[in-house]
Amino acid sequence: MAATETHQAIEAVFRIERARLIGGLTRVVRDLDRAEELAQDALLMALSEWPKTGVPLNPGAWLMAAAKRRAIDGLRRDKMLARKHSQIAQELDEEIDPVGDIEAAMDDDVGDELLSLIFTACHPILSAEARAALTLRLIGGLTTEEIARAFLSAEPTIAQRIVRAKKTIGNAGLTFEVPRGKERKQRLASVLEVVYLIFNEGYAATAGEDLIRPALCAEAQRLGRILAGLARDEPEVFGLLALMEIQASRLAARTAADGSFVSLTEQNRARWDQFLIRRGLAALERAEALGGAKGPYTLQAALAACHARARKVEDTDWNKIAVLYDTLREAMPSPIVDLNRAVAYSMAFGPEAGLKLVDEIAGVAALRNYAPLPAAKGDFLFRAGRLAEARGQFERAAELTRNDREKAFLLERAEACGS
Amino acid sequence: MRVMVFVKATADSEEGMKPSAKLTEMFEAMGKFNEELVKAGVMLAGEGLKPSSEGKRVAFDGPSRTVIDGPFAETRELVAGYWLWEVKDMAEAVEWVKRCPNPMFGPSEIEIRPIYEMADFEGIVTPEIVAQEEELREKLSDR
Repeated sequence: MAATETHQAIEAVFRIERARLIGGLTRVVRDLDRAEELAQDALLMALSEWPKTGVPLNPGAWLMAAAKRRAIDGLRRDKMLARKHSQIAQELDEEIDPVGDIEAAMDDDVGDELLSLIFTACHPILSAEARAALTLRLIGGLTTEEIARAFLSAEPTIAQRIVRAKKTIGNAGLTFEVPRGKERKQRLASVLEVVYLIFNEGYAATAGEDLIRPALCAEAQRLGRILAGLARDEPEVFGLLALMEIQASRLAARTAADGSFVSLTEQNRARWDQFLIRRGLAALERAEALGGAKGPYTLQAALAACHARARKVEDTDWNKIAVLYDTLREAMPSPIVDLNRAVAYSMAFGPEAGLKLVDEIAGVAALRNYAPLPAAKGDFLFRAGRLAEARGQFERAAELTRNDREKAFLLERAEACGS
Repeated sequence: MRVMVFVKATADSEEGMKPSAKLTEMFEAMGKFNEELVKAGVMLAGEGLKPSSEGKRVAFDGPSRTVIDGPFAETRELVAGYWLWEVKDMAEAVEWVKRCPNPMFGPSEIEIRPIYEMADFEGIVTPEIVAQEEELREKLSDR
């Protein structure tokens, strides 16, 4: 094999094995930073060995064994130091042999080392941003520099965020186990929040931006698929996966040839990725079958599915969407959900129904300077034939938006109301 | 990127499945491998295909359409099963294929082919053909 080819193969192996390696090592050395270091050492050993010997038949086991030897060497060294520095060498010798412990732990069938690593990286003691950075680093294998580019942040900021997160986890004395029972639900919510945050960061990327940003969507989908493979009985895992698959199915359709954003109703639906839609619908079905129909992610996925099923905008089942929003606002109260619900009502039951709901939330502080609110209200008024009032709302929305293209669109709509 | 991974047929696979301890063993190994693929978030779809004796071909030549019944010769060129994977690059796909247990009793082959994406067409063919392709997909998904 040519040198570059071997190098590529090693990189591919490492991409496949890295997270599992770090997960397994973390459980043994009980130190995230040390585990990552050991995994990195193992890679360096592979890079020097494999070009000579070829990639071993079971590269994962090779890397684990190499990291394990390093871990044991490290422990022996620590023990030697302890011996030199203390006068109680004899006692130490009689203590339980940590090297033996490590061997035993390594031989355990730690099938969910990856899952435990995900739970650790997404621990609720960390901020959502820290969780996202740590997850992309440990499970996604992204470099600090790549994460910084992906989140439009400075590299030192991200580096510091990761160091602090590891320290926080180290100080908290976590067990690095997959949480069970009551704790699991809360911890899982914390994981799903991070996965969706990563996805949305990628979804928010605009044309012409660094490609690493839209790639975050794929990374989040991969995380979602991994979770779905590891936590097969968790409805919200499938709800989130369904939501991401369906949203991602529209990635190609939401950008016009000139790079501008195309709204859901304007999209060429032939460009939707039907394969992802089918996968999304299947995941949604599973979430519902597991009894999760009222989970926030499953509900959002069900909403996305209503659009995905409509081949033409006119086919959209707005009645069903309105009902789903009724349920969603119970499961996940938010003024944004209320606003979307008003839009759904206007489509299902006419503009007056939308106006009634939008007036109920007009006073909410979070929506005071939120352009979509007057834009929606303007649309309802326009459709109700109250053109002068509609114009005022469109103008207000145009004032609030920071997006030039949207501003132009809203002013056009204001213009269409006459004077 | 998405890749299609083809398991090529052999004389054995062309004979169809006959219950045996060897086959059970292979199924178990393959099941484990599939599980690995799922847990890694790589596998999107995959199936095994029945022997070509149960298949048909349609030959095209100008306006003529001739239906040919299986089985078909050139066994090594036949497909016995496939996966659809999402991987970062071909190197990753190759690594995963290397981990696959022997898919057949005797020597056999697995082929990896990257799937065209819309972006690959844009710039190569005219916008009209892209539009045509999209129209086709629309009809396909109307099912």
